[in-house]
Amino acid sequence: MAPCENCRVITEATEERVYKMEIRRETDIDDRYGDLDSRTDSDIPEILPSSDRTPEILKKALSGLSSRWKNWWIRGILTLTMISLFFLIIYMGSFMLMLLVLGIQVKCFHEIITIGYRVYRSYDLPWFRTLSWYFLLCVNYFFYGETVADYFATFVQREEQLQFLIRYHRFISFALYLAGFCMFVLSLVKKHYRLQFYMFAWTHVTLLITVTQSHLVIQNLFEGMIWFLVPISSVICNDITAYLFGFFLGRTPLIKLSPKKTWEGFIGGFFSTVVFGFIAAYVLSKYQYFVCPVEYRSDVNSFVTECEPSEIFQLQSYSLPPFLKAVLRRETVSLYPFQIHSIALSTFASLIGPFGGFFASGFKRAFKIKDFANTIPGHGGIMDRFDCQYLMATFVHVYITSFIRGPNPSKVLQQLLVLQPEQQLNIYKTLKTHLIEKGILQPTLKSEVFSEGLSWISPEKKKKKKTIVHFSKK
Amino acid sequence: MVPSIQSSLLLGPSDQEPVAGMALVPSHWLGSRESESEAKVDGETASDSESRAEASPPLIPADDTPEVLNRALSSLSSRWKNWWVRGILTLAMIAFFFVIIYLGPLVLMMIVLCVQIKCFHEIITIGYNVYHSYDLPWFRTLSWYFLLCVNYFFYGETVTDYFFTLVQREEPLRILSKYHRFISFTLYLIGFCMFVLSLVKKHYRLQFYMFGWTHVTLLIVVTQSHLVIHNLFEGMIWFIVPISCVICNDIMAYMFGFFFGRTPLIKLSPKKTWEGFIGGFFATVVFGLLLSYVMSGYRCFVCPVEYNNDTNSFTVDCEPSYLFRLQEYNIPGVIQSLLGWKTVRMYPFQIHSIALSTFASLIGPFGGFFASGFKRAFKIKDFANTIPGHGGIMDRFDCQYLMATFVNVYIASFIRGPNPSKLIQQFLTLRPDQQLHIFNTLKSHLTDKGMLMAATEDE
Repeated sequence: MAPCENCRVITEATEERVYKMEIRRETDIDDRYGDLDSRTDSDIPEILPSSDRTPEILKKALSGLSSRWKNWWIRGILTLTMISLFFLIIYMGSFMLMLLVLGIQVKCFHEIITIGYRVYRSYDLPWFRTLSWYFLLCVNYFFYGETVADYFATFVQREEQLQFLIRYHRFISFALYLAGFCMFVLSLVKKHYRLQFYMFAWTHVTLLITVTQSHLVIQNLFEGMIWFLVPISSVICNDITAYLFGFFLGRTPLIKLSPKKTWEGFIGGFFSTVVFGFIAAYVLSKYQYFVCPVEYRSDVNSFVTECEPSEIFQLQSYSLPPFLKAVLRRETVSLYPFQIHSIALSTFASLIGPFGGFFASGFKRAFKIKDFANTIPGHGGIMDRFDCQYLMATFVHVYITSFIRGPNPSKVLQQLLVLQPEQQLNIYKTLKTHLIEKGILQPTLKSEVFSEGLSWISPEKKKKKKTIVHFSKK
Repeated sequence: MVPSIQSSLLLGPSDQEPVAGMALVPSHWLGSRESESEAKVDGETASDSESRAEASPPLIPADDTPEVLNRALSSLSSRWKNWWVRGILTLAMIAFFFVIIYLGPLVLMMIVLCVQIKCFHEIITIGYNVYHSYDLPWFRTLSWYFLLCVNYFFYGETVTDYFFTLVQREEPLRILSKYHRFISFTLYLIGFCMFVLSLVKKHYRLQFYMFGWTHVTLLIVVTQSHLVIHNLFEGMIWFIVPISCVICNDIMAYMFGFFFGRTPLIKLSPKKTWEGFIGGFFATVVFGLLLSYVMSGYRCFVCPVEYNNDTNSFTVDCEPSYLFRLQEYNIPGVIQSLLGWKTVRMYPFQIHSIALSTFASLIGPFGGFFASGFKRAFKIKDFANTIPGHGGIMDRFDCQYLMATFVNVYIASFIRGPNPSKLIQQFLTLRPDQQLHIFNTLKSHLTDKGMLMAATEDE
């Protein structure tokens, strides 16, 4: 096609316009996504969740009912399924629970990152998926390394390579993180700076929320499965009972953010959760399986939960305050001290837990999504189920470290074994003096005295000289 | 609507904000108008917006140079004037640094705290400008509150470790330190609940963005500054050498690039060149070696900072550890012929300083690229206008981001393990049966290693 005289002018004008459009488009991409920073929320289109994933079976079975009841039934069945799955995993032991927590963490991370992709329409930045998953891997490696090093101290001491990995663990984790950071800087593409920074920040905040919480959950689990079960069940119970109370008695709305929540539901949920926590604590405190710290035994190469239950899991008699005495007509009541702690846990679950739910509701409204994902039919994504649990794990961990016990003994041991030999010797001497002063250790000239035991050596025995106490190692 | 935004930003509290806002508003406003006009290819609208884009370059910050300097340099041309201002301010900052070092560790800690607060303020202000969130007054309060909480948590942990005896004496301090984590968590929770309660209907996303922005800023700024303070407590040399290496690398890379620069290094920062990068690397390593040689001789730099209960002040007095004692090293054959020496006397710390300088030169610049990318992403020229000729405090500290973390990780991994006194404290809070168990495990471990004689035990 031969260019005509007139056409050339038009062509040039068109070229100039195209050129200007190109420039506009160049400055445009960041600015277009800059619209997302606009002052009101009305600009972003609604993000539709992915397709309905209700299994065909359920659909066929419930096809006869009306839509509203059908939704109810699906929710109900899924709730029961999840609760039974929970019981099954508990039965299978702590290792399976750890894997479950890991699986949930990965899925939550995936859900939140997918929302970020959709919000920022950044599917065409392929590096970002890789980098987000890489950062997840790094942070998990760091946290699992810290946990494993503590609890598997004996196992780790045996293997040489593991020793090396443990000793330089922080350095290795930091190097891995740095590699990801440098990859991010090198991957910055000219027109997409702001997008990339947003996704970077999004990834980090998500890691902060999901990964740290899940590791605190695992640390609570190692304290004893009861520290894992009672908080989680309290939150779930609060969810369900607040819903039921709100359904039957609800009248005054609680907060503008979640119009379905009511004060009646909130307060009713609070009292029922406290009662539930009290009863659940009573039931679970009896079993060693739940109460004992999880330990890794090198001889059997598995996790065991066997121990002498500590003081808070032994029945104590408490004298009732006068007004309760009149009501219950009893002088004293035997309770586990743990039940008193469970009141604190349930209170937190009912009063502050819902704030995690409001946070998630605000988040969903801010980004105009109905559910985090569509993993569980009728319920939404995994994050929807776990939104109230956000703060619970941190609270339980802080509670344990502040009120129940001090630092972690295995961690202290681990750190001791890493020190220089001279420092170890110094510490050994200091400890020995301290223990002898306190009467826990008997001063003796004979070697090979193992006074490992779980009870104090009574002061009377201390008076007798040369009393050598032998306890057999378990 | 738009004029009122501009005017409200012009009446902003400090000098630099209105200019930033002005530069941002047109381009942002531009974006929304362009999306409208995309449907119709209108030459005039396109050229209008395009010229507006050209006419609003990334902001020229208000001139903050003191009057004195302005008058003294009024005769020189603009380019040289800029040079001189930068030069004078650089020397002023370095002199200030020396004065602070002379004043001792407590003043250094205060300076680190102030720098941290200023960096936080700068980044949060950028966030406000980007999101035009001046009319969400709660957010300022909440951001500063979170800064306070996180600082309280970190300072509490540091104080508990290093001032153990002081803390045990005073009853209120003891309670505060025993329940420290719980108190910090409660304070944070209060802030979290206040945030949730402050969510306003049409501004959810803005508020979540500012919340995320605040947290990421805290993560970067506050954790780094506390790691700096940890390094400082190890010994002032661990604070001074890394920071000086980064500064030296900055200056050297700039000089090498200025005189020899030809091949651009990375598209993100067009002024950086490979010659500057490599020249800066070698210069920094040499500088690090020399500096650590000089500093390792003095106790006040080398000894860990301790709090003396009797004199109620910080003391740096100790027997220098192995790292800071001159050792003989055999020079490998290659260098032997060059230097004509068989052995050389060096401090082992100088070997470590090579690692620190290498990190400062190779990875430190990535922190600078990150900050450059950030500035381009949000279309700002400088973080703020605190230092005339240089920009904000963050501009000076952008290469230091990763250095503090690296030094801390390096010390923890290679120099020493956990803190023995801290371990003893932790041990003393355990239950008796746990204490026994640990004692016996330690005993068998030491016996295995041959450090303890199994036959006799003498004190």
